[in-house]
Amino acid sequence: MNRWSRFNIISVTLGFAFLYLPIVILIVFSFNESRLVTVWGGFSTKWYGTLLSNQGLMDAVWVTARVGVISATIATVLGTMAALALTRWTRFRGRLLFSGMVFAPLVMPEVITGLSLLLLFVSLGFDRGITTVTLAHITFTMCYVAVVVQSRLVSFDRSLEEAAMDLGATPTRTFFAITLPLILPAVVAGWMLAFTLSLDDLVIASFTSGPGATTLPMKIYSQVRLGVTPEINAICTILIGIVSLGVLTASVVNKCREVQRRRDEQAAMRA
Amino acid sequence: MKPLGSIRRSFAPWADPAAKPYIVFENVSKVFGDFTAVDDLSLSIYEREFFALLGASGCGKSTLLRMLAGFETPTRGRILLDGQDLVGIPPYRRPVNMMFQSYALFPHMSVEDNIAFGLKQEGMPKAEIAKRVTEMLRLVKLEAFAKRKPHQLSGGQRQRVALARSVAKRPKVLLLDEPLGALDKKLREETQFELMDLQQDLGLTFMVVTHDQEEAMTMSDRIAIMDKGKVCQVATPAEIYEAPNSRFVADFVGSVNLFEGTVARREGSAAVIEGEGITIDTDNGSDAPAGAKVWYAVRPEKIKVSARAPEVMGPNTAEGEVWDIAYLGDMTLIHVRLPDGRVVRTSQLNRQRVVEEPLTWNDRAWISFARDSGVVLTR
Repeated sequence: MNRWSRFNIISVTLGFAFLYLPIVILIVFSFNESRLVTVWGGFSTKWYGTLLSNQGLMDAVWVTARVGVISATIATVLGTMAALALTRWTRFRGRLLFSGMVFAPLVMPEVITGLSLLLLFVSLGFDRGITTVTLAHITFTMCYVAVVVQSRLVSFDRSLEEAAMDLGATPTRTFFAITLPLILPAVVAGWMLAFTLSLDDLVIASFTSGPGATTLPMKIYSQVRLGVTPEINAICTILIGIVSLGVLTASVVNKCREVQRRRDEQAAMRA
Repeated sequence: MKPLGSIRRSFAPWADPAAKPYIVFENVSKVFGDFTAVDDLSLSIYEREFFALLGASGCGKSTLLRMLAGFETPTRGRILLDGQDLVGIPPYRRPVNMMFQSYALFPHMSVEDNIAFGLKQEGMPKAEIAKRVTEMLRLVKLEAFAKRKPHQLSGGQRQRVALARSVAKRPKVLLLDEPLGALDKKLREETQFELMDLQQDLGLTFMVVTHDQEEAMTMSDRIAIMDKGKVCQVATPAEIYEAPNSRFVADFVGSVNLFEGTVARREGSAAVIEGEGITIDTDNGSDAPAGAKVWYAVRPEKIKVSARAPEVMGPNTAEGEVWDIAYLGDMTLIHVRLPDGRVVRTSQLNRQRVVEEPLTWNDRAWISFARDSGVVLTR
């Protein structure tokens, strides 16, 4: 049943074209010599050079990076705590309501999240800027972290923690010596997800940001309204490069570990 | 009472009224929602005893163990260890250690780090930890595997690491939850004896939970048979087998034939029981009065099967036909069907290689047993 039928080939081609054609075009035109985005004028990397001297764009990159790292880190801590609470204390009152409330932002329209946060910040009298964007990103990425970490915790063998406590480790020591190292891959994955989500958020950032705190997607969006420049293509290509590199590294590392583990297990069975 | 079974024990603190119990469960109950896992249970265990909790799954034996370890809090009652009330003390401050059924080895630590984990929590100096870990590795014969991770070990080796880790802190009591459950039969038999030797060498009190009666019989000084959160009988393996106190215990441990009947006559401890199709004359008739409804329990190996009729068809004999035969090598199981349809299970030790007149299916056969072969049960 491993034969490639004509139907299979066509559907795979169409599917991949649908997914990747726009991105390929974007990447190709980032190396365009011409200033006109849609007309090919020969190969050049000059737009990557001018990018560095575009102060506005560079500022936006810096803001996005800071917001991403800080919000992903805090969201990971909070999300992990929520996941722990939801998987461990399964019998507390109002658990269903709590879990529903943690995961609601997953399906909440971004416009609504953004608007409600804006109203909150205004009514509290917060000056809008990098702090409010960071807070907003923590709010909406936290539940993604919770989902990722929770899926790992569900299959976690509780007797490992009991064994640690039985051997004299306090609950805090048990968490840091046993639980955290074992769920670390999920926590790291959650952080990466939160960082990526923060990186490409436009809607919520537009609502909650203020002067001097323009994130990269906001900057790109506003520039595109004045016309797409090859510079934008270049910065987007770099973004795609960073994200793909991250995903690729993670999966290669995972794969290697898996192979090593299986080899070890087989060796143990033979012994 | 004459001694039971084929074993003489010199270690029997439970028979000494002056001995002080080491672990005491005092009217302990544990309720989960509307399920009573442990029901008003009292139990005393002595120092250096190898004590087994035996029962089917869901009988509350694991809950009892987990309450001693501190993972569950009793709903009612007290648990005392060496005179100290344990209720309210968290698991990490109790002088007991547990070997988990799944072994619960820390997958991200090497064998030696696993064993050292408990010692590090105690704040033991590094040099001393290293010495103790080496000692433990030698004890379980895993010196060559110190640097390995748990997933690089076989099942039997993992079991040894779990054992070494749980005794490394020299606990007052070692709790073992189905310690040999995950091993194959051959390895299990070897390990049983190793566990017994280890308990002797370290002089520890062992409390083991198991559903495997052979395991409990082999290893323990005393066994508590549990059912529905209650203890049915606490006794040595020989007493449990030869003098069960109820039909449940008789049936749970080993195989048994139960003859129902009424006590016809009593003379001292002797009694004559009129059963259906068989009259039983026994010299240990419990205290059931004449007229009481009782059950006479006889183990299969205590029943003789013969192809010839006895000279007198007195009490404790019956005629039937061979219904089923199973040859197991060391013994042969012969099921004899009585005229009323009841099937009596017997087992005959194969002492001879060559048998003159072997039995076959549908042969006439006579069963008989001695006066002291069974026990009278009233419940």
